[in-house]
Amino acid sequence: MSNALVSNSLTMTGRSLRLSARSPEALLTALLLPVMLMVVFVYLFGGAVSIGTRYVNYVAPGVLLLCAVTGASTTAVTVCQDMTGGIIDRFRSLDVRGTTVLAGHVVASLLRNFASTVLVVAVAVGIGFRPHASAGDFAAALGVLLFFVAAVSWLAAAFGLLVRAPEAANSVMMFLMFFTYASSAFVPVRTLPWWLRGFAENQPATPVTETIRGLLVGGATPLGSALAWCAGIMVVSVALSAILFRRRTAA
Amino acid sequence: MNDDLAIEASGLAKSYRDVPVLAGVDLDIPRGSVFALLGPNGAGKTTTVRILATLTEADAGQARVAGFDVRRDRSQVRRRISLTGQFAALDEAQTGEENLRMMGRLARLGRAEARQRAAELIGRFDLTAAARRRVGTYSGGMRRRLDIAASLVGRPSVIFLDEPSTGLDPHSRLTMWRVIEGLAAEGVTVFLTTQYLEEAERLAETIAVLDGGRVIAQGTAAELKQRVASQRLDLTCSSPAAFAEVSRYVAGQASHRDEASLTLGVPISGSAAEGSAAQIRALLDAADPGRTLVASFAVRGASLDDVFLTLTQHDHAKETAHV
Repeated sequence: MSNALVSNSLTMTGRSLRLSARSPEALLTALLLPVMLMVVFVYLFGGAVSIGTRYVNYVAPGVLLLCAVTGASTTAVTVCQDMTGGIIDRFRSLDVRGTTVLAGHVVASLLRNFASTVLVVAVAVGIGFRPHASAGDFAAALGVLLFFVAAVSWLAAAFGLLVRAPEAANSVMMFLMFFTYASSAFVPVRTLPWWLRGFAENQPATPVTETIRGLLVGGATPLGSALAWCAGIMVVSVALSAILFRRRTAA
Repeated sequence: MNDDLAIEASGLAKSYRDVPVLAGVDLDIPRGSVFALLGPNGAGKTTTVRILATLTEADAGQARVAGFDVRRDRSQVRRRISLTGQFAALDEAQTGEENLRMMGRLARLGRAEARQRAAELIGRFDLTAAARRRVGTYSGGMRRRLDIAASLVGRPSVIFLDEPSTGLDPHSRLTMWRVIEGLAAEGVTVFLTTQYLEEAERLAETIAVLDGGRVIAQGTAAELKQRVASQRLDLTCSSPAAFAEVSRYVAGQASHRDEASLTLGVPISGSAAEGSAAQIRALLDAADPGRTLVASFAVRGASLDDVFLTLTQHDHAKETAHV
């Protein structure tokens, strides 16, 4: 019944959006934190970083990625909250599939992140970010970013199924943020210590940032690698979360 | 297979990490009846409900609910049942109305239909004033009512209620009982679990006593009472000290204890001479060897509490042995 699947996913998305709109922490994480991060990186660290181009043009795509990661990781908390309450049993007894519940959270995360991306780009432009990209490049950059958000959201959902407490679920954010710090998001990989370089060059945050940066301000655009990483994370996370959901609800 | 049965289960068994929770449960519940599964904490009530509601798979045994096998035709069963658990299955950040509309959509109602059904249930469950408030602001009784309302959106024919009145104040409990009586009047099958004998006696036509993962007795309230003890001897003591002393003499036998009125109730059972003068005299001598402690006594019909305690006594003896 693909009809019921679509209709249920829409219902679950509406639910997740309403819940996040009514949670002050979620709103703060989704909207205020990204703006703060953009301002902090450009004004506080920007003065100390010299990379031969205006730092705001270099770092804005990196901050977009960091915001995507923090925004997507709140999915772990919302999924974990669902699993600790009685509502999953009610959904299951209404014959709603676990994947549908998770998909609702992921789509809501996408929409939240879309809103925060628009806000962060506006703030970035306000403080000097000058992308030179065609409408097509813009659309492509947004597409890659949202694909990345979807993949990381689903990964966070799997993590939310794994841990028992929402507080623990929140820690996934720290873990995922590390990937953006140890990448080319904020400084070029060549400036990193040699032992970190190998990691930075071969983890998803670097090709995804480079692709977005390339599309927005020019330069190398490793689109294939970025898409492959996102697709890989997505496929593994969807499969993993299906297994974890089954195991979690089997008792 | 029997079409007159809403629920039929045989040999249901379930263990968690080698600890047996259910050790062969058989149930036959006619359509349109109210059935109560009665038992102490840890007896396996919730596990039984979860298996019948398709949320947990049994290790062994078979069950059919609303005419479908809980294992093979899970989706078919789910379309015909609803489950209200011990923890409210609601979103605190959504209003009562939003919760009901969401459940309606998930129960395959159209948008307008879901809205209409939500309004109908809100009226019926006396939640009109709170319909547009977030559930987080609701009292325990309102939450439980909304939870049951939410379970009814899809018009289930079998309703599972896991300890529907646990944690409610007496007033809310009474309201909940009226709600359940209303459901029964509509002809749906109600399967409820409870630790309260009074609740089972008031609501259910058939009661099964579950203890240690087995149904140890089943029947109407009257049949159960007859099975164990039809009468009870109430002893009213002369002082609190006497009350304590008599308590020691009757030890595990007492099925009723009321410290305020200094009364202890002992089931009269076991012999052909049940309720005879000789037996009463013997019981009085056992409870009060010095003949100074008991001020007065009365013989009355046994309550379901007496039945329950007699049937599950071995467990309580074990528990007190640990203390």
